[in-house]
Amino acid sequence: MAGAIWCVVEDDRQGNPKKVMAEVLGEASRLASQLGGPTEAVWLTDKATEAGLKQLGEWGAKRVLLVENAGLAPYRGEVWAPVLAELVQKESPQAVFGAVTTRQREVMARLAARLGAGLAADVVALAVEDGKLIATRPVYAGKLLSKMTWAKTPWLATLRPNVFKPAEGQPGAAAAVDKPAATVPAPAMSLVERREESSTGLPELAEAEIVVSGGRGLKGPENFVILESLAKVLGAAVGASRAAVDAGWRPHRFQIGQTGRTISPKLYLGFGISGAIQHLAGMRTSKVICAINKDPEAPIFKIADFGIVGDLFEVAPALEQEFKKLLEK
Amino acid sequence: MKILVMIKQVPDTATQVKISGDPKAIDTAGITWIVSPYDEFAVEEALRIKEKRGQGEVVAVTLGPERAKEALRSCLAMGADRAIHLNDPTWEQADTLLTARALAAVIKQEQAALALFGRQAIDDDMGAVGAAVAELLGWPCASWIMEESVDEAGKTIRVGRQVEGGLEIFDLPLPAAVSAQKGLNEPRYPTLKGIMGAKKKEIKDVKAADLGLASEAPALSVVKLEALPPRPPGRIIPGDPAEAAKALVKALREDAKAI
Repeated sequence: MAGAIWCVVEDDRQGNPKKVMAEVLGEASRLASQLGGPTEAVWLTDKATEAGLKQLGEWGAKRVLLVENAGLAPYRGEVWAPVLAELVQKESPQAVFGAVTTRQREVMARLAARLGAGLAADVVALAVEDGKLIATRPVYAGKLLSKMTWAKTPWLATLRPNVFKPAEGQPGAAAAVDKPAATVPAPAMSLVERREESSTGLPELAEAEIVVSGGRGLKGPENFVILESLAKVLGAAVGASRAAVDAGWRPHRFQIGQTGRTISPKLYLGFGISGAIQHLAGMRTSKVICAINKDPEAPIFKIADFGIVGDLFEVAPALEQEFKKLLEK
Repeated sequence: MKILVMIKQVPDTATQVKISGDPKAIDTAGITWIVSPYDEFAVEEALRIKEKRGQGEVVAVTLGPERAKEALRSCLAMGADRAIHLNDPTWEQADTLLTARALAAVIKQEQAALALFGRQAIDDDMGAVGAAVAELLGWPCASWIMEESVDEAGKTIRVGRQVEGGLEIFDLPLPAAVSAQKGLNEPRYPTLKGIMGAKKKEIKDVKAADLGLASEAPALSVVKLEALPPRPPGRIIPGDPAEAAKALVKALREDAKAI
């Protein structure tokens, strides 16, 4: 019988799986229907919640392997990787998937090294060909796609958020909850403090379904309020180009591009962004791209689905009014 | 304190990248090669640690073909003391795992106190080597660091690690591995003196056998490279700002169903 497809749970540190897990579990179930084997969730946490477990079942996990231990928080790769490896060695899943988040990118790399397995990181598509899994990954600043395959199971991969179709959610579908025995090693590193970013009330860049982004055309840091105001109407995150970040207008964590965050929202709106290769590398897998720029020759128009050639200081407020009208209906 | 910085030579962002006759590889003709930008942050930070402590050694390490020596030379020009080049045909098809094994072996042989990496190389964007090396060595690691300080005794490194929604400050006992995120520092440009001095510094070639490593098949390999599927042609929306905004919102709702 084919082994299970495991999905390592990314949670909000309060006992609730993040919404990206609907995508990871949805993709795992789609592949399981071709490969055989059940879809299962593996949850390492200091505290799970009933609601969280229920949610994983509704998103398609047939079973949750729950390791609940105070030593698992805060996340430390050196603690998590041995726990995951022990479970993999005991249960032999055919695949282990994670989401592209800061901690899962790291722990999956550690897990792969520990198991001597292959890891395809930041995958944007998965397919089964002749019973084998093929991963598609953007490479060279997103200029090419690389199709990759593994020499043996388990197939390890991290999935880019907002790319895979989320599980529909079956109300009432419940996962069996197993609590396997696992050795949680003592950590070497210790948390000193966690500095929370001042909350903008807007969603996190990598997870946002809509992203509003600004570049050099904004002319100064004070003008980002125009985009923030628009973002509030849309429930969008606000990003920036490298030019805007290097000018000191926005902190680094807001940079979209090759030396910043890679995003894949349903809707991307770029204001005063020319569309340098290194920016495109971070957003070209967005589903719908809109560009507003007064230079009709700006390269971003080449990949934009919709463009407005005009002054962003006039277009952005006009768009805000139109979106407000539409969304308040 | 001995610091090893792992770097990779990659095509410049702006360079044209084409698939070669072998669909698994790119055509390397005419490519401008650079040190991957995140690795430059790592080199810079290693130099700053050494300068602050007033002692120590910074060693730049790469795994790659002969041309990768140029990248090591750039690191030497920035100020690294010497370089190690893992240069062996057996690593031509090396994936993350085999690369990590080779690097872990060098770090062990050199008895480094700190291993610095870039967050990811900007060619394959895998971003896994640093954490994989840490795992193979049994070391703690912190990825995507935005700040760091090594204590006076050289026993602990305190790092600020970027995570969703904030920064986590951790103490890691040395030896440890960390990977640099943008924002950690502003890399220096090599001075003319640095460039001249780099020519005299040692770049040691190391073969797999020198590290006691046998030739192995990769765990993950490229089936083929493909060009991006073309995006459907875009539409420029005409009109004054108010008209264009109205038409765009309508198109996003009715045609693209994006909102």
